[in-house]
Amino acid sequence: MTTATAPPEQVSPARSARNLVDLVFRARELSLVIALAVLVGVTAGVNGNFLSSQGVQDILLNTSILALLAVGQSMVVITRNLDLSVGSVVGLVAFVTGDFLASGGGIVPAVLLGIAIGAGCGLLNGLLVSFCRVPALVVTLGTLYVIQGVDHYIAHGRQINAVNLPPGLLSLGNGSVLGVPYLPLITLVIMLAIGYYLRSYASGREYYAIGSSPEAARLAGVPVRRRILTAYLVSGCLAGLAGVLWLARFGTVIADSAHGWELLVVSAVVVGGVAITGGVGSVYGAALGALLLTTIGSALVVLRVNSFWQQAITGALLLLAISVDRVLALRVARLLRNRSRHG
Amino acid sequence: MSDAPALALSNVSKSFGAVRALRDVSLELFAGEAHALAGENGAGKSTLVKTLAGVHRPDSGQVLLNGEPVVFAGPADAQQAGVAVIYQEPTLFPDLSVAENIFMGRQPRRSLGRIDRKAMHDATRELFGRLGVALDPEQPSRGLSIADQQLVEIAKAISRDARVLVMDEPTAALSGNEVARLFSVVEALREHGCAILFISHRLDEIFELCQRVTTLRDGEWIASEPVSGLTHDDLVRRMVGRELGTLYPKQDAEVGEVALQVERLTREGVFTDVSFEVRRGEIVALAGLVGAGRSEVARAIFGVDRWDAGAVSVDGVRLPAGSPTAAMGAGLALVPEDRRQQGLVMELSIERNIGLTGLRDLRKGVTISRKAERDRAKDWAVRLRLKFARLSDGVGVLSGGNQQKVVLAKWLATGPSVLIVDEPTRGIDVGTKAEVHRLLSELAGQGIAVLMISSDLPEVLGMADRVLVMHEGRLTAELSRAEATEESVMTAATGRAA
Repeated sequence: MTTATAPPEQVSPARSARNLVDLVFRARELSLVIALAVLVGVTAGVNGNFLSSQGVQDILLNTSILALLAVGQSMVVITRNLDLSVGSVVGLVAFVTGDFLASGGGIVPAVLLGIAIGAGCGLLNGLLVSFCRVPALVVTLGTLYVIQGVDHYIAHGRQINAVNLPPGLLSLGNGSVLGVPYLPLITLVIMLAIGYYLRSYASGREYYAIGSSPEAARLAGVPVRRRILTAYLVSGCLAGLAGVLWLARFGTVIADSAHGWELLVVSAVVVGGVAITGGVGSVYGAALGALLLTTIGSALVVLRVNSFWQQAITGALLLLAISVDRVLALRVARLLRNRSRHG
Repeated sequence: MSDAPALALSNVSKSFGAVRALRDVSLELFAGEAHALAGENGAGKSTLVKTLAGVHRPDSGQVLLNGEPVVFAGPADAQQAGVAVIYQEPTLFPDLSVAENIFMGRQPRRSLGRIDRKAMHDATRELFGRLGVALDPEQPSRGLSIADQQLVEIAKAISRDARVLVMDEPTAALSGNEVARLFSVVEALREHGCAILFISHRLDEIFELCQRVTTLRDGEWIASEPVSGLTHDDLVRRMVGRELGTLYPKQDAEVGEVALQVERLTREGVFTDVSFEVRRGEIVALAGLVGAGRSEVARAIFGVDRWDAGAVSVDGVRLPAGSPTAAMGAGLALVPEDRRQQGLVMELSIERNIGLTGLRDLRKGVTISRKAERDRAKDWAVRLRLKFARLSDGVGVLSGGNQQKVVLAKWLATGPSVLIVDEPTRGIDVGTKAEVHRLLSELAGQGIAVLMISSDLPEVLGMADRVLVMHEGRLTAELSRAEATEESVMTAATGRAA
């Protein structure tokens, strides 16, 4: 039989439905900003030092590396995959480039070396996931341990000390230009570039297409494997860069120094509104998520709350983010349905 | 019409494991021709489509493009060559906008290779204008009705400027108006020199739209011939290879007590004040337009969705709202509309799917008895005349009609007193359709109360003892078998009834 067909002049219900959807997605980034504002406001009210230029700089510095990793991770998650190996890559790169610099290597070659190591790890992940069709969770959990093992083998209980590193590197990690530290600047530039690429380029949109429906992407002629491989490659490269920045920021590193960070990165990405099932979200949201998690950590210190609460709060936030997404999705689906029925 | 066919298959064979899906099949599609592909489910139509689309590569034989042999490395390759395929199940990106769905990979560009969103939205609006569709290009495709999704697919194919358009049952979910609109677009494309391959189970549509028809049976080529000069019966005979008994053989059964009673059932914004009863031995049809709220009523009765007001009783026992477990316990069974998503676990085997509803009965101690599961599946496979290679095969390899039989088996195995079937024969070939009808009739004869939701009007009129008609969430008519005609049902369904 027949469907009730909307007469052509009735564009308005569809349009308002779309505005609604738009609002919900924008609401995510907006609600992160509001949560940040409330958090900063309350904390600053209790302790004025929180908003001192030193305090703000600390938060930005602490956020940079996490946000950089979150940007790479969101590219992978948008394709409905996952990269759990980033923490290990940061640790490995920090140690290896530290060794390289301590034995007299130049800073630029060290950065390139770090990115190359990250790229190698990303390539391995990407090949296994896209060409061998092993589930991402298993592959990257495996490489997490393998890379960790290699790191420990190379380190052999040693430690890289700041005094052995060239001062140029340490000033990269802690210096600033016009009062703005380098690290957040680097992250900002990379985030904007990747965000713009994903939004405004045909190949960028294909990452979303793959995450939204892998089967439809294949039928639409999207080079699915190549895109997934690229996503892992980018995530790996950024993790490599993050490793060098880690060394620059902290100076003293031991083996596996970013232990456990992979889960923090995934949390930031999800809190930032990138759907773990792919297809939805932005790198800006992910970076905001990283900023929020870091700010909570700093705020708890200022508010003299025991630091173990930080993890519990991160977890609660994660659950909140996922349930809010779910509820909103159901709401939107229902509204869309009703509108298309009665519109 | 040029001499060489725009696209052709020559002696193509394709096997999946032990199943030979296509055997030595040839097909020629000429520019400016609408060509129908007819055959029962499982005849190899979908495999043929996927071969043309570059998804499958033939084991032997050739694909010819303008007379030249080609090998499509994948779907992208076939698209590049001007072959557009509209699949049975829309393949859209739910999270992306309608416009992006249409132009994925081919977005209009501005400087530096960036996507020109405005041009993309304008082009989409222009396409929709040509199709006469009122959709917002910037709306995400999630939440679109199947009919609208299908229209987006068609817009996509048209925007590709395809020279060969393959449509695998595009009309299954479209309304009368939409089918008419689609046909006028297809007609225009054909006159423009496009070659069309059209698949439909509605034979009327084949006769209306197409000039030639190729028939497949069990993976083999039967005939390619002009449509003019053929009758319905000729075509059906080629498809099934035998004479059909009468379709819709509802036998009179003794009508017993009320098995399902629905009183003033309401779910806000979806349906309102729905009351009816179904007696043992009766087949009651629930008719209406797509979107009238029929499936939603069924889902609420079965407890998948909650209701806001009203009551449902089975054999005099009231059901709690929102509990499928209680509904099953009371003797309800629901064969859902969308068998791939809701009816079956596609990854599991035939026997596992049939066993799913009775895991408690199949226990031996604390574990499931594999033998009991297999026996149950074997028993039902025979009773429903299921066509399969092995019971341990995944249900995904079965044809649509046979998948539907597995869903039926799964629910009949629970020994229900009330069976709700939602579009039991959608996308099912003529032969299997008759079998499903015979089966439903038999079940009613055994004293089961059957509530059948159907959009197939002849099926409703042929099968039902009573017809309930819904319009925009309300029951607008209850017609006895004698009162129910195409006209009276359609009048009530479009809300014109007094």
